[in-house]
Amino acid sequence: MLLAPLVGSTPIRLGRVFDRSIPFADNVDAQIFFVARLPRVLAAALVGAALALAGVVFQALLRNPLASPDTLGVSAGAALGAVLAITFNADFTLLGVTAVPLASFAGSIGALIIVYGLSAARRRGTSTLVLLLAGVTLTSLLSAISAFVRYLADFTETLRTVRWLMGSLDVGAFTPIAVAIVPMGIAIMGFAMLPRVLDLISMGTESASARGVDVARAERVALVSASLATGSAVALAGPIGFVGIVVPHLVRLLVGADHRVVLPASALFGASFLIACDLIARIALAPTEVPVGVVTALIGGPFFLWLLFRHA
Amino acid sequence: MIEARGVSFTYPRGERTILRDVSLLLQPGAIVGLLGPNGCGKTTLLRLLSGMLKAQSGDVLIDGRPVAALTRRHIARRIAVVPQETHATFEFTVIDVVLMGRYPHLGPFELEGPADLDIARQALEATGTRHLESRPFASLSGGEKQRVVIAGALAQTADVMLLDEPTASLDLAYQLEVAALLRNLNRTRGTTMVVCTHDLNMAASLCDEVVLLRDGAVLAHGPTADTITVDSIAATFGVAADVHFHAAAGHLAVVPIARTL
Repeated sequence: MLLAPLVGSTPIRLGRVFDRSIPFADNVDAQIFFVARLPRVLAAALVGAALALAGVVFQALLRNPLASPDTLGVSAGAALGAVLAITFNADFTLLGVTAVPLASFAGSIGALIIVYGLSAARRRGTSTLVLLLAGVTLTSLLSAISAFVRYLADFTETLRTVRWLMGSLDVGAFTPIAVAIVPMGIAIMGFAMLPRVLDLISMGTESASARGVDVARAERVALVSASLATGSAVALAGPIGFVGIVVPHLVRLLVGADHRVVLPASALFGASFLIACDLIARIALAPTEVPVGVVTALIGGPFFLWLLFRHA
Repeated sequence: MIEARGVSFTYPRGERTILRDVSLLLQPGAIVGLLGPNGCGKTTLLRLLSGMLKAQSGDVLIDGRPVAALTRRHIARRIAVVPQETHATFEFTVIDVVLMGRYPHLGPFELEGPADLDIARQALEATGTRHLESRPFASLSGGEKQRVVIAGALAQTADVMLLDEPTASLDLAYQLEVAALLRNLNRTRGTTMVVCTHDLNMAASLCDEVVLLRDGAVLAHGPTADTITVDSIAATFGVAADVHFHAAAGHLAVVPIARTL
């Protein structure tokens, strides 16, 4: 976290960055550090932690080690929101955040409402099979709508959309990060209530209930928190895959399955992982930038395959 | 003491009434078997007794207090449930699984202490699984898993244990082993047990009293030797069977012969 802002395609010197004698407008090093890189690193930390935490919680909630923040359609909703904003050239700003992230977050909340409504409608409690099916269906539906909207778009809009969908941590300013912290903060409060409960639920809802867990409430808190975290992460940086599914498994390999350790460890590991991936993204093909989603896929994909082989 | 009084239950959006006006009184320290054909409501009754389901009419009382008035935590300290099968999604070790049984006794952010670890280890000793303590739960055999799950229920230090088909997926040797374990626990700790089972012979060997259920109603309830008879089996299961005392086994043996329905 400390090194990352110092490394990049253009070399900078830390001395110059903090040299107050040079006015900011002329201090290129400082500009690169504070405007281009520091927000990026902070965003990477926030997004990495959020996605990793959401991944852990979804895997426990759905009792499925292959679940990820994308499973229940929240990412697809966020993507659709962004695509709509880009294609229709939405141009409003709220609280210093531009249209695309706002629409993206709205899309993720929309998806959450649908999934939540579905699970609440089945009064016997959230059957994980129903949740999974609903999530998969919703993802397909929203992706299809998103594809249709892209079909209607012109060239520039399509390019912007494609780039957004690859994920980018180039946030550019601290404001979007500050705003994203609000839903993420709420999510973290939810996560703080969950660790032991997730252990018990992952062994089966009946036995969890028989041990005194309020399963319905725990599932609701898990669903909303993980979705808020995912939604704000995708709104901030676009869909970045593999962090939410790979980090939880890596962490479990290192520290065991107890969620009281896995949750905080995943947050730290996820943050570091994404900062590292972003670093690689920035310097691998300098001076151009590889989209960070590509780097996470290239690292995460083979790892995930290895995981599958190991489990089989 | 646990009591069900005139309890009726239908699942939401279900057309069939699963349980009809069922009353049951569980004496402390007894091992009670719930027997009946598929769909007779025995698992539902078990769930109602543990407070997991809410009866539409009638009451379930724990020590005279209605279950609905108690918190899930309080119930968990009195009643432990052993489900039919346990599947660990993640790689928990045996001791992890058993320590989860301490949850109802701990505060929301409280960690297990040395006393809890002791209780967990004693539970493992009691079920003969102490040597498996650090093994991943998922790597155990069926019988070992079931014994560990029972240890987890023991760690709850509850005085009632509800078991749903505890030997259903076990081979012959493990069936005997688990039944012997349950009998032993009942004798040494005085744990009241309610066992749902398909296995009439196991019920005959293990249970002090049996409840025969059919179509959501209690057909018979009493001491095992008096309640499991040729007629009662025919009435409950629609099967003609031979029932006689087996000297070598020391309990009734039931041999099904033919369907009567």
